[in-house]
Amino acid sequence: MKLSALHQSYLNRRLNSFRGSSPLDSSIDGGGLKSPASIFWLLIHGLCCLISLLLGFRFSHIIFFLLFSPSTTTITRTTKLYSPTPFLPIKVPDALPVQSPPNKTLVSSSRVVVGRHGILIRPWPHPDPVEVMKAHHIIDRVQREQRIQYGVKSPRTVIAVTPTYVRTFQTLHLTGVMHSLMNVPYDLVWIVVEAGGSTNETASLLASSGLRVVHVGFEEEMPVSWEDRHRLEARMRFRALRVVRQLKLDGIVMFADDSNMHSMELFDEIQRVKCVGAVSVGILAHSSNPDEEESSVAQKDDIENSPMPVQGPACNASDQLVGWHTFNSLPYEGKSAKYIGDMATVLPRKLEWAGFVLNSRLLWKENQDDKPEWVKDLDTVGGDREHIETPLSLLIDPSVVEPLGSCGRKILLWWLRVEARADSQFPARWIIDTPLEVSVPSKRTPWPDAPPELPSNETTITIEENREKQQVMKTRPRRSRRSRSKRKRETRVADTQVSDRNSGEK
Amino acid sequence: MKDWRWALVGLVCFALVLKIGAVERGRGQPTERISGSAGDVLEDDPVGRLKVFVYELPSKYNKKILQKDPRCLTHMFAAEIFMHRFLLSSPVRTLNPEEADWFYTPVYTTCDLTPNGLPLPFKSPRMMRSAIQLISSNWPYWNRTEGADHFFIVPHDFGACFHYLEEKAIERGILTLLQRATLVQTFGQRNHVCLKDGSITIPPYAPPQKMEAHLIPPHIPRSIFVYFRGLFYDVGNDPEGGYYARGARAAVWENFKDNPLFDISTEHPTTYYEDMQRAIFCLCPLGWAPWSPRLVEAVIFGCIPVIIADDIVLPFADAIPWEDIGVFVDEKDVPNLDTILTSIPPEVILRKQRLLANPSMKQAMLFPQPAQSGDAFHQILNGLARKLPHDQSVYLKAGEKVLNWTAGPVGDLKPW
Repeated sequence: MKLSALHQSYLNRRLNSFRGSSPLDSSIDGGGLKSPASIFWLLIHGLCCLISLLLGFRFSHIIFFLLFSPSTTTITRTTKLYSPTPFLPIKVPDALPVQSPPNKTLVSSSRVVVGRHGILIRPWPHPDPVEVMKAHHIIDRVQREQRIQYGVKSPRTVIAVTPTYVRTFQTLHLTGVMHSLMNVPYDLVWIVVEAGGSTNETASLLASSGLRVVHVGFEEEMPVSWEDRHRLEARMRFRALRVVRQLKLDGIVMFADDSNMHSMELFDEIQRVKCVGAVSVGILAHSSNPDEEESSVAQKDDIENSPMPVQGPACNASDQLVGWHTFNSLPYEGKSAKYIGDMATVLPRKLEWAGFVLNSRLLWKENQDDKPEWVKDLDTVGGDREHIETPLSLLIDPSVVEPLGSCGRKILLWWLRVEARADSQFPARWIIDTPLEVSVPSKRTPWPDAPPELPSNETTITIEENREKQQVMKTRPRRSRRSRSKRKRETRVADTQVSDRNSGEK
Repeated sequence: MKDWRWALVGLVCFALVLKIGAVERGRGQPTERISGSAGDVLEDDPVGRLKVFVYELPSKYNKKILQKDPRCLTHMFAAEIFMHRFLLSSPVRTLNPEEADWFYTPVYTTCDLTPNGLPLPFKSPRMMRSAIQLISSNWPYWNRTEGADHFFIVPHDFGACFHYLEEKAIERGILTLLQRATLVQTFGQRNHVCLKDGSITIPPYAPPQKMEAHLIPPHIPRSIFVYFRGLFYDVGNDPEGGYYARGARAAVWENFKDNPLFDISTEHPTTYYEDMQRAIFCLCPLGWAPWSPRLVEAVIFGCIPVIIADDIVLPFADAIPWEDIGVFVDEKDVPNLDTILTSIPPEVILRKQRLLANPSMKQAMLFPQPAQSGDAFHQILNGLARKLPHDQSVYLKAGEKVLNWTAGPVGDLKPW
């Protein structure tokens, strides 16, 4: 049977929904379009195609409709039959604007009409900042509700213990820890133990956090050698644990060393601890000396000797604690840093304190009968100068430690120790507000030697700032030709001298 | 005696107060009970409340068609096939037609697929007519009521109008032979020819295993504000726009394509289901027909559906209070969609999420194999049970004929 062109185009719509469809040859229901009007429109359609070929642009038969509109249109027709006019063409001339008013066949009693509608675009279709802020508040509220319902049920206070002291890299490290702790979604108490007594420098840094901080001064200076340093830090941490006991803080004690980097999942994971837990720590043993690092690591190609940079609990197949992964320091034997600022690899301890978390109730003094038998009292441990390696020494039986982070498989924090030399200088609170003293004049500067009293303050500050920056990274101050571009090479030359000297001293 | 009565009243009041208090306290709970205009009926059990007789039609009406094209089992119109299988083994089925309340005719009218997988409705009226002729001649139950106690599943675009083009569907109207039967269809639009009173709207079929395979843990924070993936302009059939979706989808694109809160595009990502679970609102605008499987996906994944389709009737509208669960936006208000969505108070949003988290809500949208309690099959039976008992007027007197068997387009009358 004969198909009208319109009907065929309607059929093509369904068949052409995806590319590569082939029209079916099944019998098609003809419908009721075998009226003379359809033949008429077919002819018009052919005519328009020919005209388009001639003119070179699409010329649609809608023009004829517009010309002859009074005779054929029936906008007011209210029957449910759709009028077989080209009112609902598939092709629409580009001349019509996008926001043409809707003029279609009406379906009786429905306010929803079939046919071509305008695409409504508001005058300024761009985001409104007030609404964006409102949306973010909504997102925040929804996420908070999710955390309440699906997160940790009764979150406990996190008690972070940080030993610190004033030095060049303190601001860098403490800012990192501070920002991590500010992002923790639980209640937090931050116990900062400072070697050398509590200073305003550290206090001003901590005050900017807005956290609840307990700033404790520890009346001993931080020694220079790494061995002694670790010992002092352990004693500082014990001091913090005594503070926990004294203030009867209730929560989970974690050791946030200021040079470590913590992930947010760590704080979610430690909420699961009951008494004592252990997490895996990623060890990034780093040497400031690039040459040395390459030679030491590249030589150890076989799998057994290359150290897995993880410290933490080791579990068997049934997720029970069977041992510990510790740091294998054999490859670094003899080449590790002995002093702060050594250009050699700084090594971690066998088991870092940062990998352990405790329930603070274990530290409380009273209720001795409630405490489990395998925990020693705080006073009996670390009272004298005995060196405490890890919190494991608090436990009589170390096998009760709970491995966290899917049994130690997830690494939730990283250890990386970068420090400047012990005698490196830096401006107090990293603010330069008065002209700095020239401690060491340099011999050959690109600019002529200037006397200390300079006409204007700004130039003084600039020159001395430059000198200051150079001094921070130096090893030996008495060197000629201290221009910046050559600084790296010279420091390396100086480093080897230093290490030679140190090894000579042994 | 009087004191006891007062005590009883006081006890009832006390219980009511407690119940209200429970609702208030329920704010901290992750879900909330759902009760629609028909009451708290989502968890009703239809067994024992109705009996369905399944006609034994020759396999050319069902099995043979399915054998010719097994794609019918996975497309969004698969509900008709699965409903048949469910009824065959359901406890509501009865083999004695005298005691049946409802009669079901298993004819797969939406299984004549193009090579692309889209069903062609051109033979469906004839197929349906042929099936009805068969059951009216072999069993007396059709003629008894002229189909008023029969139900048919017609999940196609415009239901029993049997056409994919809206104008043509309106012109055809509902098949005359089905004028008295109950239609179970996915299409629903108020004041539309193709939705008759008393129809039961059902969700389109969405494969449950595929969706459940993509679930992510619920604690992952929802960080996308509005999410949508799909066409805005149907370039193949309506390049200028304005016809497809009545211009609503094009309006969404033009107004919000550079709004950072709206994650909308035409791409087909592999993480579509996971992204819906990370979104707060999911747009469900109309397309060529007002319904789409997006609604089912949004409900399953806990994303609040934003329904942009004027006068739409959503699935199981009497059992599920869609006004409380989704957000309805008129098509003329699409340019202000961001204002509308950001001005919803957070408590309302949290309540909608709680309602969506109700497992009976998710279950009611699915057609799982094998059937589980509370799923869409049971909701259909519940809907049928709510229409019982049949009014005595449906039973025709002897010799009375209401339907005109020769009405409709001439092509429909040809035998199938």
